[in-house]
Amino acid sequence: MSSPASTPSRRRGKRGRGSNPPTPQDARSPPSQKRRTDDSTSTGDLQPMPTSPPADVQSPGAADALFSSPPQFRHSAIPLDFDISSPLTYGTPSSRVEGTPRSGVRGTPVRQRPDLGSVRKARQVDLHSDGLAEDIVATEQSLGQKLVIWGTDVNVASCKEKFQRFLQRFIDPLDKEDEDIGLDLNEPRYMQRLQEINMVGEPFLNVNCDHLRSFDENLYRQLICYPQEVIPTFDMAANEIFFDRYPDSILEHQIQVRPYNALKTRNMRNLNPEDIDQLITISGMVIRSSQLIPEMQEAFFRCQVCAFTTRVEIDRGRIAEPSVCKNCNTTHSMALIHNRSMFSDKQMIKLQESPEDMPAGQTPHTVALFAHNDLVDKVQPGDRVNVTGIYRAVPIRVNPRVSSVKSVYKTHIDVIHYRKTDSKRLHGVDEETEQKRFTEERVEMLKELSKKADIYERLALALAPSIYEHEDIKKGILLQLFGGSRKDFTHTGRGNFRAEINILLCGDPGTSKSQLLQYVYNLVPRGQYTSGKGSSAVGLTAYVMKDPETRQLVLQTGALVLSDNGICCIDEFDKMNESTRSVLHEVMEQQTLSIAKAGIICQLNARTSILAAANPIESQWNPKKTTIENIQLPHTLLSRFDLIFLMLDPRDEAYDRRLARHLVSLYYQSEEKMEEEYMDMAVLRDYIAYARSYVNPRLGEEAGQALIEAYVDMRKIGSGRGMVSAYPRQLESLIRLAEAHAKVRFSEKVETIDVEEAKRLHREALKQSATDPKTGIVDISILTTGMSATARKRKEELAQALRKLIQSKGKAPSLKYQQLLDDLRAQSDTAVTKEMFEEALRALADEDFLTVTGKTVRLL
Amino acid sequence: MPCVGDWLNSPLSIVQGIFAQNAPNSDWEKKVTEYFKEKLKENNATNWVPSLNDVPVHYLKPNSLVKFRCMVQDMFDPEFYMGVYETVDPNTNARVLHFGKYRDVAECGPQQEIDLNSSQTVTLERQTFYCVPVPGESAWVKEISFLTEPVQARVSPSTSYTPSRHKRSYEEDEDMDLHPSKQKEQHVGKSSGGDIHGCVEPKRLETEASAGHHVISPNCSPPLDLNFPLPGEKGPACLVKVYESWESFKVNDVLEVFGVLSVDPVLSIVNSEERDSSTLDPMECMDTAEEQRVHSPPASLVPRIHVILAQKLQHINPLLPACLKDEESKTCEFVSNFMSELSPVRAELLGFLTHALLGDSLAAEYLILHLISTVYARRDVLPLGKFTVNLSGCPRSGAFTEHLYRLIQQLVPASYHLRMSIESMNHSRFVPRKDYTANRLVSGLLQLASNTSLVIDETQLEQGQLDTAGVHNVTALGNLITWQKVDYDFNYHRMEFPCNINVLITSEGRSLLPSDCQVHLQPQIIPPNMEEYMSSLLTAVLPSVLNKFRIYLSLLRLLDYSISDEVTKAVEEDFVEMRKNNPESVTADDLHKMLLVARFLSLSAGQTTLSRERWLRAKQLEALRKARLQQQQCVNGNEL
Repeated sequence: MSSPASTPSRRRGKRGRGSNPPTPQDARSPPSQKRRTDDSTSTGDLQPMPTSPPADVQSPGAADALFSSPPQFRHSAIPLDFDISSPLTYGTPSSRVEGTPRSGVRGTPVRQRPDLGSVRKARQVDLHSDGLAEDIVATEQSLGQKLVIWGTDVNVASCKEKFQRFLQRFIDPLDKEDEDIGLDLNEPRYMQRLQEINMVGEPFLNVNCDHLRSFDENLYRQLICYPQEVIPTFDMAANEIFFDRYPDSILEHQIQVRPYNALKTRNMRNLNPEDIDQLITISGMVIRSSQLIPEMQEAFFRCQVCAFTTRVEIDRGRIAEPSVCKNCNTTHSMALIHNRSMFSDKQMIKLQESPEDMPAGQTPHTVALFAHNDLVDKVQPGDRVNVTGIYRAVPIRVNPRVSSVKSVYKTHIDVIHYRKTDSKRLHGVDEETEQKRFTEERVEMLKELSKKADIYERLALALAPSIYEHEDIKKGILLQLFGGSRKDFTHTGRGNFRAEINILLCGDPGTSKSQLLQYVYNLVPRGQYTSGKGSSAVGLTAYVMKDPETRQLVLQTGALVLSDNGICCIDEFDKMNESTRSVLHEVMEQQTLSIAKAGIICQLNARTSILAAANPIESQWNPKKTTIENIQLPHTLLSRFDLIFLMLDPRDEAYDRRLARHLVSLYYQSEEKMEEEYMDMAVLRDYIAYARSYVNPRLGEEAGQALIEAYVDMRKIGSGRGMVSAYPRQLESLIRLAEAHAKVRFSEKVETIDVEEAKRLHREALKQSATDPKTGIVDISILTTGMSATARKRKEELAQALRKLIQSKGKAPSLKYQQLLDDLRAQSDTAVTKEMFEEALRALADEDFLTVTGKTVRLL
Repeated sequence: MPCVGDWLNSPLSIVQGIFAQNAPNSDWEKKVTEYFKEKLKENNATNWVPSLNDVPVHYLKPNSLVKFRCMVQDMFDPEFYMGVYETVDPNTNARVLHFGKYRDVAECGPQQEIDLNSSQTVTLERQTFYCVPVPGESAWVKEISFLTEPVQARVSPSTSYTPSRHKRSYEEDEDMDLHPSKQKEQHVGKSSGGDIHGCVEPKRLETEASAGHHVISPNCSPPLDLNFPLPGEKGPACLVKVYESWESFKVNDVLEVFGVLSVDPVLSIVNSEERDSSTLDPMECMDTAEEQRVHSPPASLVPRIHVILAQKLQHINPLLPACLKDEESKTCEFVSNFMSELSPVRAELLGFLTHALLGDSLAAEYLILHLISTVYARRDVLPLGKFTVNLSGCPRSGAFTEHLYRLIQQLVPASYHLRMSIESMNHSRFVPRKDYTANRLVSGLLQLASNTSLVIDETQLEQGQLDTAGVHNVTALGNLITWQKVDYDFNYHRMEFPCNINVLITSEGRSLLPSDCQVHLQPQIIPPNMEEYMSSLLTAVLPSVLNKFRIYLSLLRLLDYSISDEVTKAVEEDFVEMRKNNPESVTADDLHKMLLVARFLSLSAGQTTLSRERWLRAKQLEALRKARLQQQQCVNGNEL
C-alpha cells in the first residue's frame, strides 16, 4: 500500500544508551512499514488511522474496545517523538546486545530477520491511559496487558502467551506429516520440536499455520494479517520456552519461528493489492535465482576528524549517512568502514506459477522472491516449491530530478519458509502433493456422485466422449486411471506389489487409438506421451549428462520416471526397437528402473501405468492369426499387460449406423450442447484424483472367496483340455482390477460385484486378444508362450502320425522327402502344409528317431 | 460537453473531469468507460480514431486516443499502480487528489510532491500485454483499413500529418528522448574533462552523443528484438495495459483496443537511470538487464497504450462489420445483401481459382472449401472443422507455388508462406519458447492468430539430414495439423496452446506431413511464363470483385451450420450401404472427411443446413478425388 519511499533520518545514537538496554526480543516487533508514522506525523499532521485495507476493516470491529479515539493520541504523539529520553527508539541495537538480562536466553545472539522487513522497534500504544499514549517497550509487563502494536490489534503480551500455550499444548494425533518421523503424536508436537532443536542445534522452528488455526483462530488471523509484528512475538515466546527448558543449550542464534502453510494459500494469479503485507503461501516453480547479494544491515561509520564511531541500520534498502559527527560536530566527516559493517545474505528468486494452475491459453505469471540468510541457495531453478512469505509492494523510486513518479509498484515476497514439493518425488512416498486440496463442496459433490448406481458406466461414458463406443476399452482405461491399492510385502521379501494396471490396445489403423492415448495424456496430471518410433531407451528411462556450468554429473530423467504415479502413453509400441522395449520389462513388473551409467548406480521409482497402442504387422489385423503373430511382440512383455484390447473395425450394420449418427452429430452440434451431454472433464479429473488419494480399498472376505473361485475356474477351463489357461499373474491382474473398481465406487472394501466386473472385463479382453483363431477358444497360453495349446497339440499329433506312417513302411532305412509328404497328405484328413510337415520331421529328429539330409529322410 | 477533438486529443482531461465529479467513490471508472463507449458508438466515430497500425508513432500526439489492431504475443505480470493518489504542496499544504489510471507516470505540478502515505491512496492492479500487429496481415487489409479512416483530414488538421510537420515532430521527438541524457553527458564531460579540452569538446561530444544515440536509442546496443512471430514483419509493437477483465484475453487473441497513447520519454529515462543506479539500490536489481530491456523498452520504440475499451476480433477483414454476432440492423442488412448475390460470387471465385490452379476445377473446389474451413469446436482432444489440404502434383517449374501463394495472399486477411527446406527447418524457430533471463515468450513461426492461412511449400525440399531442431520443427508442424495445437516450450515443461490455422501443403508427391485430404493437381495448361500468366490473372479481376471474394471467404467462415434429422438418417443409410458393398473402402475416417466436405460445401453455397443434394455432391467430389489418387498411384506403380 502506501509504504513511504523516503524516510526521515531521525536516527539517534542509541548505541551509547546502555542504561536502558531493551531486551533483544523487544527489538523484534517492528511495526509494519505502512503503519508507521512518518515525517508528517512528527510535524504534527498525524494521520488518524493508517490505511491497511483488511486491517482497517476489521480492527475497529474486532478491537473496538482497544482503540481510543485517534485525535487523542495524535496530541500525545507529538511531544514524544521529540523526546530524546523516551524509551521510544527507532532502529534498535538488535544484534549487538551482549548478555541479555533475561535468565535463560544468556548469551545467544539474536539474528536479524530481514525477511520481516525493516527491523524496527514496535511502537505500542497504551490504550487505556487516555491521552498519554506512552510508547513502551513491550515486555515491561507492568503495562503489557493493555498494549497493542501501533496500527494493529495485536497485544504483544497476550499474543506471546497464547503462542506459548499453543507450543506447550498443541497435540493432534491424527495429523501426520512426512517430517514427523520420530515424533510421538500424542505428546505436544512443538515441544518435541524444541527438543529436536536442542539436540540438532538448528535454531528454526517451523510452525504449521493450520495447527495454529485449529488451536486459536484469532491468533491465526493476527498472524496472517500482521506477520511483521506477530512473528517476532512468536520468536520471543519460543525462545523463552526453549531457554527455560534447556538453559545450557548453545545455539548459533536465537530460535526463529517460521510459519508455513498459511491457509490463505493462493494461486499466484489470485494475488491482489489486498494481500500486501500479509502472510501468504503460494506454490510455483523456481525459474531463476540470482547470485548471492550481500546486503548491508548495519553500516559502521567513523569520523575522520575525531575517530568517533557510529552505527547506522539499514532502512528499507538505504543507509542514511550521518552528515554531522555527533562528537565533534564536523560536517561530512563520517566515513564508512566496510569491514566493520554488518552484512546479511540475500538472494533474488523468480517464481513462476506451476503449469497446473495456469488457465488455458495464457502465459504463466511470475513473482519475485527475496530469500535471506539461511534460505539463500535452498532452491534451484526447476524446483517446485511452496513458499510462505510476506507480500510486499514498493513504489518505484522518485527520480530526483523529475518531479513525476512512476505510478507502478514493484512487488515481491520476502520468504519466510520454503517447502519443496517434488524433491521427494524420486524417492519416498509422495502422497502429500498428490492430495490436491478439494473444497468441501467439491468433496460433497464427488461423494454424491459416487453413490449413483451407474457411476461406473457414467464415468466410462465421460471418458473420451468423441471416441465412439468401445465401451469395454474405456472401462478398462477407467480402471487403469484409478489403479489398484498399493500393497507392501517387503517384510515377506517380495517387495511392493504392483498396483498399476497396464493396458495394450492393438488393432487396425484409424480406429482412434492415438486419440484415446492423447485423451488420457491430457486427462491425467502426470502423464507422458511418447511414440515408440521416436523414443530411445535413454529417453524413456534416464540418462546421465554433464552440466555444462558446474561440470557435475546430473541424472536426467526420461518419460517413464517422469510419469511416476501417472500414466505413460506409448504410441506405436510395435515400432519400438528391441533394446528399448526390454527396459519396460523391469518397469512393468517391478516398477523400478535400475541405472548404472557413468558411475551412477541407482534405482529409480517408476510406478507408472503403461497405456500402449500397437498396430498389426501387416497394417491390417489378420483375424486368422493370433495376437502375437499380428503384432510380433515378445510374449514376455505381453503377459505383463493386465488387459489387452483389440480395437477392430467391426463389420456390422447396426454399428455402422450408430457410428454414422454419432459422427454426423459431431458436425453440427455446437460446443455448449456437447458439453452439457457429458460429464465435465474437470469433474472426471477431480473424481479420479480424489479416489486415488483417499480411497484405498481392501479385499473383503467374500471378494477373496470370489477371486479364488474365479481363478480356480480359469485354471479348470484349461486343465480340461490339458493346458493351463491362467497363471498367478492373471490372478494379480484380477485383484488389481477389482480394487480399481471398488475405488470407482469410493468403497473401502472390495466386494463381490467388483470381482464380477473384474472377471467380466478380463474375460472380455481375453476373448478379444487370446482367442485361438483356429478353435475360437480363449487360451491364455497364446499370451504366455506365444502359441495356442491346440496348435501345440496339433503339432504333436502330426508328428505321431508321421512316426506311425514311417513305421508302417517297414525296414526301409531311408525315404524320399517328397514321397513321405505325399503319403502323409493322403493319409491325413486335414490339409498338411510343407511347413507343418517339416515341423513334424524336426520334432521326430529331436527324438532321435530320424535325421533329415537334403531330400532324404534317414531312420536311425 | 467537450467537443469531438477533446475526447480524441486529450482523453485524459475528460477522465479528469469525470474523476473530479465523482471522486472518492470508485464509480468514476465505470463512468469513464461508459462515456467512451457512447462516444465511439456515434456514427463512424471509430474511424476517426487514428490507428497505430497505419500511422507511425511519431505522428501521433502523446496522450491522445488511438486504436490498435493487434495480437497478444505475451502476457507480462500484473502490476500494482496508484489508482488514486494525493499530491501535497509543501508550501501551502494544499492537497489534491489525482487518478493514476490510464497513466504511466504519476503526475504532479511543479510545486507539488506526491504523498505516498496518504490515506486516500488506492492501489489497483492492471495487466500488461505485449502486443504485435497481426502476424502475416495481408497488404490489402492494411490499405483498406487505412483508406476507410478519414483521420488525416478531420481529426487534427492543425497538428500533424503534413510532411513538414512530420520532420519537425520527428526531430522534436528525438530531442525529447535525447536531451536529458545528452545534457547529462555534456555536464559530465565538462566537469570531469576539465578545462583543457573545454572549448573543443562540447561540440564534438554533442555530435558524438547524438550520433551515438541514433544508433543506440532506436534500437538499443544489440538491437531490441520486437519479437514478431514471423520474420520480416514491420509495425509497432505495443505494451497494452488492460484495466478490466484481462482474464478473458488469451495469448494469440486478436484484439482491437482503444486507449490512451503514452510515449512519455520519462519512461525510457527512468529506465536507463534505474539501470545506472542499480548497483546502489538492491531493490532495483531484482530484474536482469535483459528483463528490464524487454519489459520496459524505450517508449519511442514500443509505445504504451492504456486501454479504455478492448474487444476481441472475430476476423480482421476490414470489408466486414467488426462484429457479426450483434443484432444490429446494419450488420444484418449487410449479411443478407451479400448472401443474395452469393452464388455468382462463388462461381466467379471458382473460375478464378481454377485458372490459378492451371485449369483444375476439382482442386479449385477443394481450395475454396479449405479457405473457408475453421475449427468450430473441439471434442476433448479432437479439433473439429480443420481441413488441411495437401495439393500434390504441383509443378516445380516456374515458381508455381510462389505465385499461387501470392494469389491466396490477395484473398485472405492473414497468411504466411513457409518454404520448407532442410536449411529452414533446421535453423528457424517454429515453436515459441520462454526465455527466462528476459522473462518473456520468444515468438516462433507457429505463433499465429486464428484463421491465418499457412501455406507450406514442400516442393523446395531437397534430400538432406534434419538435426534435432529440424525434427522438432517437423513434429511441431505435424501436431499443428493433426491436433491444431502448438506445444510452447517453457524449458521445464511444455504448455499446449490450441490454435486454429488453415494449413495448405503444396508438394510434388504425397506430403511428408499429415493432412486431412490430398488432392492431386491435374494441370490442364502449362503456361510458358508462369509469372505473366498469374499476374495477368490478377489484373483481370476487378478490384470490386476481388473485394467480394474477400468478403465471401471471411463471412462464410463465421456462419453456423446444422444437419437435420432427416438428412442424418439419409447419411446413415448411405454409410451403411457403402459399407455393405465394400467395408474396406469406406471407414469411419472417410465418413469424417465426407461430412467435412459436405459441411464446407453447404456453407460455401451459403446454406446453413445440409441438404440431400449437397451430401451427394460431397460424395461425388470425394469419389473424384479418390479416383484421381488411385490413378496417380497406378501411374507411379507403372513407372516403378
